[in-house]
Amino acid sequence: MSVIEVQSPGLLTTVQDLGREGFGPLGVSASGAADGVALRIGNRLVGNAEGAAGLEMTLLGGAFGFTDGAVFALTGSDFGATLEGSPVEIWRAVEAKPGQVLRLGPTRTGARCYLCVQGGIEVKEFLGSASTHLLSGLGGYAGRALKKGDLLKTGPAKNSFRARRLAPTAGERLAPRKVLRVTPGPQSDWFSEAAQQIFYSSTYRVAEESNRMGIRLEGAEVPAPSSGEMISEGVALGAVQVPEGGKPIILFVEQQTTGGYPKIANVISADFHSLGQLRPRDEIRFERIELDAARALLIKQEELLASEDLLV
Amino acid sequence: MATAGAGARFQFASDQSLLVYFDSGIEEDLSKDRPPQSPITLQANEKVRKLLRLLELEPVEGVRNLHPAYCSLLVKFDVLKLRYDEVEVILRGYLARLDEVKLPESRVVEIPVCYGGEFGPDLGEVAELHGMTVAQVIELHSSVEYRVYFLGFVPGFAYLGELPEALVTPRLASPRRRVAAGSVGIAGNQTGVYPFATPGGWRLIGRTPLKMFRADREGLSLLTIGDRVKFTPIDAERFTALEKA
Repeated sequence: MSVIEVQSPGLLTTVQDLGREGFGPLGVSASGAADGVALRIGNRLVGNAEGAAGLEMTLLGGAFGFTDGAVFALTGSDFGATLEGSPVEIWRAVEAKPGQVLRLGPTRTGARCYLCVQGGIEVKEFLGSASTHLLSGLGGYAGRALKKGDLLKTGPAKNSFRARRLAPTAGERLAPRKVLRVTPGPQSDWFSEAAQQIFYSSTYRVAEESNRMGIRLEGAEVPAPSSGEMISEGVALGAVQVPEGGKPIILFVEQQTTGGYPKIANVISADFHSLGQLRPRDEIRFERIELDAARALLIKQEELLASEDLLV
Repeated sequence: MATAGAGARFQFASDQSLLVYFDSGIEEDLSKDRPPQSPITLQANEKVRKLLRLLELEPVEGVRNLHPAYCSLLVKFDVLKLRYDEVEVILRGYLARLDEVKLPESRVVEIPVCYGGEFGPDLGEVAELHGMTVAQVIELHSSVEYRVYFLGFVPGFAYLGELPEALVTPRLASPRRRVAAGSVGIAGNQTGVYPFATPGGWRLIGRTPLKMFRADREGLSLLTIGDRVKFTPIDAERFTALEKA
């Protein structure tokens, strides 16, 4: 076991793993890394099980002291990291000596950067997961975002250091998309032809008040279905709901488990990690595909993530 | 892709989840251009609870999560293990056995509520809307036994119904940015308690000192699907005492 000292937490840094599934009947959503692909690759790079807990930083990174040294990897977006003043490349395993400090700055690319350390971040699990659920203050490190002075424990390292990095071709294939692929939502038939036309042909801008619960969009309003309110029902991750007013909201990892707004579409599983890299003011579009195509894309993505060629 | 059968209707929700709707035996007219939604009935909700119960007792390999609601169940599955049509076939098998499912005896849970004042900022307006006194609203709200239809929205939020007809009130035109934990609200014909400080559009009529969701409690949530709930009016002094307990 070794310790990481949070010298500066950054804007919003939380402990996340791949989330807790199975507690929908209690109203508890899965939570977990907003860019699960980046977390998984980070863990692979340092020799962890791919679901080990790491740190998720948002827009602006922090400073972390490796009191006892560490093998770590940064993945996701480039936050201009330095280790003792020397630039650190993302998507590769790096060794820090005892006492060295990793500093990150504002993002240069997308919304989130992950810090994975060999052995994983160890916190008391809540419902089988280390993930922080911010709204309810449950899970992760004391149920909250990290603060200056927090001391994080890491688990025992199981592997020796190997200087590996993400294969460039794999990186290209997994790059976050701005054209999000969707399948029709459970109430897509409620929306008029004209409404669907607007939804699929417009460019939307990610609103400032977006967070891990939902990504709010600004742009052409989608006319809400004409008649009546719907009865609340279970909602899926990536559901695109259209409240009165017509501004779509994409339900995200810390989503509400049920909701009463009609859903025009649902982002496909293979594009969830792209949602995790959306920043306020980013521009996105939606592209409708068939259910079978969505499944095929996920299978291909999983094959890539499991393949030996992922890392070089 | 809505299909009828076994008193239930299937609808894909995403590439990894589907919805089972219960239409409480009403034959639906599929020729309508907009599929009807299941009406909220205890009968439909009981089917939701039975299907949920059966899936919890006999979990399906590859089913990852379940989101129950009034008259529907969202089933999330692992796309790498199951295909949509396979899940539907498995669920049809479960649906055929619903009659044999015994639901656990429902508990009666009492929830003390301090009505009005800073705890229930909308109580006066609700009374005004219905031409009642504040005392009448409190009397009416606490006179009925409610059913927990499901937990949803956030951890431990129980959707309770049905509100007495005379209290049915539309939600606020613009939701509050922050509703305090423990707040008791009404919206439409529903009532409920906010377990955490969250944004919320329900009209707030009081607050309970009880913790609705605790990580260190067996079962975590004070309320469970199927429970029956009674609200008991308390004064501010009792509220403070219970809050400290």
